Amino acid sequence: MSKILVIAEHLGGKLNSSTARAVSAAIAVKGEAIDVLVLADSVDAIAAEAAKIDGVSRVLTVARAENAHPLAAVLAPQIAKAAAGYSHVFVPSTTFGKDVAPRVAALLGVAQVSDVMSVEGAHTFKRPIYAGNAIITVEADPAYAVVATIRSASWPAAAIGANNAPVEALAVDVVLPTHTRFIELKQGASDRPDLQSASKVVSGGRGVGSKENFDIIFKFADKIGAAVGASRAAVDAGYVPSDLQVGQTGKIIAPELYMAIGISGAIQHLTGIKDAGTIVAINKDAEAPIFEVADFGLVGDLFKLIPELEASL
Amino acid sequence: MKILVGYKRVVDYNVRIQVKPDGSGVVTDGVKLSANPFDDIALEEALRLREKGVATEVVVVGIGPADLTAHLRNGLAMGANRAIHVVAADAVQPLTAARVFLKLVEKEQPGLVILGKQAIDDDANQTGQMLAALWDRPQATFASKVEIANGKATVTREVDAGLEVIEAELPAVITTDLRLNEPRFIKLPDIMKAKSKPIDTIEFSSLGVEAHDHLKTTHYAAPAKRSKGVMVKDAAELVAALKQKGLL
Ligand SMILES: Cc1cc2nc3c(=O)[nH]c(=O)nc-3n(C[C@H](O)[C@H](O)[C@H](O)COP(=O)(O)OP(=O)(O)OC[C@H]3O[C@@H](n4cnc5c(N)ncnc54)[C@H](O)[C@@H]3O)c2cc1C
Ligand SMILES: Nc1ncnc2c1ncn2[C@@H]1O[C@H](COP(=O)(O)O)[C@@H](O)[C@H]1O
Repeated sequence: MSKILVIAEHLGGKLNSSTARAVSAAIAVKGEAIDVLVLADSVDAIAAEAAKIDGVSRVLTVARAENAHPLAAVLAPQIAKAAAGYSHVFVPSTTFGKDVAPRVAALLGVAQVSDVMSVEGAHTFKRPIYAGNAIITVEADPAYAVVATIRSASWPAAAIGANNAPVEALAVDVVLPTHTRFIELKQGASDRPDLQSASKVVSGGRGVGSKENFDIIFKFADKIGAAVGASRAAVDAGYVPSDLQVGQTGKIIAPELYMAIGISGAIQHLTGIKDAGTIVAINKDAEAPIFEVADFGLVGDLFKLIPELEASL
Repeated sequence: MKILVGYKRVVDYNVRIQVKPDGSGVVTDGVKLSANPFDDIALEEALRLREKGVATEVVVVGIGPADLTAHLRNGLAMGANRAIHVVAADAVQPLTAARVFLKLVEKEQPGLVILGKQAIDDDANQTGQMLAALWDRPQATFASKVEIANGKATVTREVDAGLEVIEAELPAVITTDLRLNEPRFIKLPDIMKAKSKPIDTIEFSSLGVEAHDHLKTTHYAAPAKRSKGVMVKDAAELVAALKQKGLL
């Protein structure tokens, strides 16, 4: 029978919703146990949150000063050690998971399944390749542990609240490297909803034209309570910081409502929004590819249409 | 200091990928192949470090079939000093690629290995991290800024929460994000010059790398298509439609 170890992602003492999404994928494996591993400097608050996630059997914690920041070189040996006895190690497919999971897989000497979209069986998974233009079915050799990253946008978060899983401290006896050091995290302070978990997202592209003009996107998003995203072209042009990029090399998101404004709809951008509930496109070019995937399309100048939208709210 | 650069050949990012009707793969016959965009960025960064005097030699590495030579010549034309071609008939999975890189690292003793953060064919995003683990050295993935001084790399990384800065002692593995730099264009005279630059050819089988692949791809499918929606005539109609769906 399968035993799955899910690696918790957290920041600033709070569990990231990607963890409960990875638990959903673990539930789909239909194994006998799902344990969540919390590596942090202070673990209690995070572990308490993780213990409430439906389907979790146990929460295991490793509290060490070295775990204050998620350095892959430091976390991976601990995860690899903790993975003994598990058939699966699942990690969210966020920048955290993409960084650490392959390092774990290599230490265990196994291949990794990246971006699991669906679980077809304990050792059979579907994942996207070529920016989502093909979906492959991958079979992992059952003789080895499966290390996988879980594509957050494909999985709803497992319910939080009803469960009360036991929390146990785990002793992992490994020497940690000191060759890699955390210096700082520069975060854009924002009280807007988080792009990766928001139910509504308004994104602007090159069509917005400048950093100053992007205010119109922020204001509109605030009016409807949406997170703000952007195309790569908008980020490259310096309109917004890089953590707002949506797409193949940015964030893969699945909001209920996605509004693409002044975005042409390049394949690399569409990869990031395939799983959105309703896509709205606003573009002055009626031939823009974004209209091929939009549920609602509106052709026109965004600087005229956004004020009109606001007036109609 | 020597820098090894991963230089993978992939289907060009402008190609519209078609899945074969029988689900056995994607159509690659006759489609345009190019350097993985992240690898061009890796090479550009290595060349800039050489131009700054931080590095002395830049070596591009390709693992792939016999006809990879022309692709490696492009890397040489861009400015690499030499190339290593590991000849492997079949596409290698990231763990195998990482093991190959480890062998080359043991032989070449680079101060830095720069790979792309992901190859845009398999979108695996694994090889650099795996190499760093096998080599037991630091990794700085998704780099958007790299500074080398006093035997260490200070790297700004694009992470979900913003920009993270870490410090890594050399030797180390760096993987590139798109905003690290803008790769230069290859100039015609450089193509001529590249013809005389050396390409070492190594048979995959001679490296003693275990190519046990734990993963088998059993089926390829086209992604589920989103159905084409409707065009609305004005802002008021759009708001009404979204309100009706309970989205506003
Ligand atoms: C390896 C690789 C990875 C990539 N990853 C990503 C990624 O993760 N995310 C991403 O987004 N891109 C990515 N790209 C880039 C992608 O190919 C496109 O270049 C990019 O998405 C284009 O951004 P855009 O739509 O904002 O700009 P453009 O393509 O320039 O489109 C701008 C649009 O705005 C419209 N417009 C202009 N003015 C107005 C106006 N006043 N009112 C209304 N509409 C207007 C225009 O008609 C046009 O359709 C990647 C590319 C590569 C090669
Ligand atoms: N066959 C290969 N030849 C050369 N470099 C490779 C190869 N496979 C992977 N790499 C390097 O590893 C990076 C990440 O690839 P991947 O882990 O497959 O997404 C690429 O951008 C390359 O720099």
